[in-house]
Amino acid sequence: MVARSSSGTRIRDRRIELGMRQAALAQAVGISASYLNLIEHDRRRIGGKLVLELSRELGVDPSHFSETARAELVDSLRHSIAKSGAFSTLSESVEQLAGRMPEWAEFIVAQDRRLDEQQQLVSALTDRLTHDPQLAASVHEVLSVITSVRSTAGILANEEDLDRDWLGRFHRNIYEDSQRLAESAQALVAYLEEAEDDASEESISLAVEQLEHWLDQRGHHVPELENPTSDVGDFVAQELQDTAILGLPELATTYLERYRREAELLPMETLVPFLTRRPFPDPLALANHLGCGFGPLLRRIASLPEGKAPQCGLVTCDSSGTITFRRDIEGFPMPKFGAACPLWPLYQALSEPGRPIRSVVQHGNYDASRFVTFAISEPKLQPSYDGEQVYEATMLILPSRSFGTETEGEDARQVGSSCRICLRRDCAARREPPVGGFR
Amino acid sequence: MSKRVLLVEDEPNIVEAIRFVLSRAGFAVDTHSDGRSAFDAVKDRAPDVVILDVMLPGRSGYDILQDLRAEAQTSDVPVLMLTARGQRKDEEMAARFGASKFMTKPFANAELLDAVRALAGA
Repeated sequence: MVARSSSGTRIRDRRIELGMRQAALAQAVGISASYLNLIEHDRRRIGGKLVLELSRELGVDPSHFSETARAELVDSLRHSIAKSGAFSTLSESVEQLAGRMPEWAEFIVAQDRRLDEQQQLVSALTDRLTHDPQLAASVHEVLSVITSVRSTAGILANEEDLDRDWLGRFHRNIYEDSQRLAESAQALVAYLEEAEDDASEESISLAVEQLEHWLDQRGHHVPELENPTSDVGDFVAQELQDTAILGLPELATTYLERYRREAELLPMETLVPFLTRRPFPDPLALANHLGCGFGPLLRRIASLPEGKAPQCGLVTCDSSGTITFRRDIEGFPMPKFGAACPLWPLYQALSEPGRPIRSVVQHGNYDASRFVTFAISEPKLQPSYDGEQVYEATMLILPSRSFGTETEGEDARQVGSSCRICLRRDCAARREPPVGGFR
Repeated sequence: MSKRVLLVEDEPNIVEAIRFVLSRAGFAVDTHSDGRSAFDAVKDRAPDVVILDVMLPGRSGYDILQDLRAEAQTSDVPVLMLTARGQRKDEEMAARFGASKFMTKPFANAELLDAVRALAGA
């Protein structure tokens, strides 16, 4: 028996045969490129009007897709119902349901797929929860030893008439505890560094982290998408076809589509001659000179290969302040989980949409490195009279040394990573005390 | 007669320090380090106050606390919970399971002593 190709494969094969880009076909039939990507990789089903639209655009008879789609629906429905264990014999009723009430059949299959996705998400979150207790155990160990040291030191400091025997025991205990504390602290630091630097497939379970990890490995530069004719959908399908991370292909597609658009807007040959100058040029003046948006320029700077732009970090957040993307930079640690420092210029930008903000900042928690940050909040969606709009803030982080002596006389805003690990006592923006209290 | 305290804690140096501080203050201090047999130890020794660590080998302090509250003989014994976590959910859990007081590590000796005195009515 000849294997039947799926409707997704048929759509993709036909589109490639016509030399049509995924984004162009998606636009023509009124769906997003990422959704079409899912269809082409059989992660979303097609039916009804969409079959007709795709058939028209691809110049084939609707039956070319619909017959395949019908057979796939029957297969999926049979699989879903069998998996539930609800019925023992059902081959005829499955055929009848798919034939007579295809919408209900689609609904059952979609619900089953959603259940699978939720189970994957629960598994991913459980992985993280089972990962975190390791950190909790390390912190517990450190705090236990500190408790012992504090109690013993309190006795030595406050009890004046200790006999030699007790004195000797408590001195020995403090000595043992100090050794143990050093080992525990080293173990904790090693754990945190491992989590930060050697993030493995297992330790990164959610889509955003996985995307950041994937980009980190590539130095945040994707040469395949520097060419304006490159196809993001095909690239994502090829690069991430084996991923089990829920939502990663969609997230990567959205991120990389913008990457490709901005690469087309600001090609390397235009941009690099400016960015390799020393001191580094003012990004706003450069954006005005090039006639491009400030946000796209900031993101583009952070996407160039090593040697073509200075070392930099990038962070974006949505209107809720939730961090949506990070490119790390040494000396400016950003929290992986939870809220960041409210003093970051990123959040100031969020409160003043459209206004470019330049700030000199000093990250007090680390080694007090100075950075110059450039931030702006911009609408994320195409403007429309009736539709809603959402804003996204972007902040580029550059070491102040990139600007030579330019920033030396400027006062730096003191910022941190997040309240939980920040030890600044006099911070008006503090939400909560640091873990372990102030030292 | 001295009030009796049972300290359930598995860190020997913490045990030694707390025992010293409480003994000097006039308490009779017993210690126990294993979570699995801690419930029996409380029943056997019938202390006036229990100081109970949360993270113990073999059994969580929360589980032991629930058993103590469910047993008629030990349901009223004052229990001071010690934890190195210090998160709000831990405090809420301790209160829900019937802890008399909750204290976060590291603590000052005087703070611990005040708490034990209050619970013992000493």
